[in-house]
Amino acid sequence: MKDLMLILLNLRYWLLVLGIVWISDLALMPYIDPYFSKIIILSGISIILAVSLNLINGHTGQFSMGHAGFMAVGGYISALTTLLVQNLVIGNLAVQNLIFLLALLLGGISAALIGFFVGLPSLRLRGDYLAIVTLGFGEIIRVVVLNLDIVGGSRGLAGIPKYSNFGWVFTFAVITVFFCWRIVNTSYGRAFLSVRDDEIAAEAVGVPTTRAKVKSFVIGAFFAGLAGGLFAHDLQYLSPAIFDFNRSFEIIIMVVLGGMGSISGSVIAAIFLTVLKEALRPLQEMTGVDLRMIIYSLLLIIIMLTRPNGLLGKREVSEILMSWKKKAS
Amino acid sequence: MTEFVQHLINGFSLGSIYALVALGYTMVFGVLQLINFAHGEVFMTGAFVGYYSGRFLGFDRSPSFVGLLVTLGVSMMACSLLGLLIEKFAYRPLRRQPRINILITAVGVSLLLQFSGQLFFGSDPKFFPQVYKPEGTWEIGDLRINPLQVNVLFVSLSMMLVLQYIIFKTRVGRAMRAVSFDHDLARLMGIPTDRVISWTFMLGSALAGAAGVLVGLIYPKIEPFMGIVPGLKSFVAAILGGIGNVTGAFVGAIFLGLAEEFVVGYGASTYRDALAFIFLIVVLLIKPTGLFGRAGSEKV
Repeated sequence: MKDLMLILLNLRYWLLVLGIVWISDLALMPYIDPYFSKIIILSGISIILAVSLNLINGHTGQFSMGHAGFMAVGGYISALTTLLVQNLVIGNLAVQNLIFLLALLLGGISAALIGFFVGLPSLRLRGDYLAIVTLGFGEIIRVVVLNLDIVGGSRGLAGIPKYSNFGWVFTFAVITVFFCWRIVNTSYGRAFLSVRDDEIAAEAVGVPTTRAKVKSFVIGAFFAGLAGGLFAHDLQYLSPAIFDFNRSFEIIIMVVLGGMGSISGSVIAAIFLTVLKEALRPLQEMTGVDLRMIIYSLLLIIIMLTRPNGLLGKREVSEILMSWKKKAS
Repeated sequence: MTEFVQHLINGFSLGSIYALVALGYTMVFGVLQLINFAHGEVFMTGAFVGYYSGRFLGFDRSPSFVGLLVTLGVSMMACSLLGLLIEKFAYRPLRRQPRINILITAVGVSLLLQFSGQLFFGSDPKFFPQVYKPEGTWEIGDLRINPLQVNVLFVSLSMMLVLQYIIFKTRVGRAMRAVSFDHDLARLMGIPTDRVISWTFMLGSALAGAAGVLVGLIYPKIEPFMGIVPGLKSFVAAILGGIGNVTGAFVGAIFLGLAEEFVVGYGASTYRDALAFIFLIVVLLIKPTGLFGRAGSEKV
């Protein structure tokens, strides 16, 4: 807990982050093409999703395939909150943004709660079995949403106010990266890495492995929930079909491509794949086929065959640059 | 009562199709300890090969039992070839890698087959040709039985018997059991493990191909993404019965088919797709070896 407090109390980082967001959002956005800014927003959401899944899959080694489920919980809860509250309170921009922030946090917290229950089986299961159970959990969440009339069932939930903008997405993407980065570099989070590398040895030296596993699920789910909320308030529409297997697979592909256990790898892969998806859109419209997924899946297979650890492996970009520098000198 | 028996029959016919797919999962898992995620897509390919071969050979114009058998044969051969290719190019190079890498590759192969299916077959659903159309319905009292369902049940049951024969009475089957018991030891004893694994993939994929044709007959709408859900459910069925165990897979699949049919029959039809996963979670948490799992071999 002490480490966590230290992270939260480190003002320098917060000021830096906020400064960057303020400058970029206020100064640059009016000059940026809406389509371009849409891609940036989607990239930011992908970054949050990929980095948070990386914490579970890459850093803790618990292969989860149900990330879209957490995203769905966060998205629906936060969308419901803003929809319910906006009728009660008619406020200015500041009040609206405050409501949005609270809705996002509520979405994240409810996703974290679900993450706790999804994480529990990881105490007994590992590898393939855990993967298929988390996939099952994601699917159960989707089916439950499909059957809930309050969120529109299969018709979907429309009319969600558009609160997500570049500033918010950027803030949360930076917070996610910052948080995950700090976590795996403190004794608090080193436990996650030790669970991945050798669970039995970690247990033997007194690492509370069970707690580490559930924690990584809870934290990962929290950020996925946030991303879901941002996504909902950007798209302004939610339906259960958005959160099917393929969404989970997309996030997994980002994590695997970037390298399991590399935060900067996840960030790069998330941006790359989101941009690639848009770049392929004209080709897709010409042929009428979802070529994107063919390329994604081929990428996945080729990477597994040629570079089994992903592009960056467990290393960060900074470490790779450092090793280049050393070689040069 | 009549309704109950009707659901029972429907459940058995659904369950026997799950069983054909589940057998492939269980065999591959028994031999390689690998969840072949692409198995559901092999099943989908089977349905499409059946669709094209049935139409190409003209069985949709003159339905007959021979037509069914030929379509089944073509589809099974095509699928076993596909299984062989998947094993050779995607899984074999990774055999010494960590399990998680093979799992990711399997997911990749599954996605690749789905979306190339969309590319080659088109994304709109197609209607499976009636290669075999038995006359009328059988009526016992108030009970109406579609002879097609009974035939499908019969075909899948006989395939399972053939599989049982292959596994327990032939040389290949004995080699498979040996490899599944201990991969390295089997190799030391001179068993060509790579070839045995190829055989396992071919057999399992052939059964999935047969399941594809049979599904096409009972539920004629086929599309490139039809393999995902039955694939996952059949995998659940295999776990339910104790993965790696052929009888277990069969019993688990029938159980799942019946359970789903009754859930649909008595109300909550929209929860049908969640049912399999609820079973899965309960079984894995309470008895991870499944109903018929070998005692003492904690696979989880």
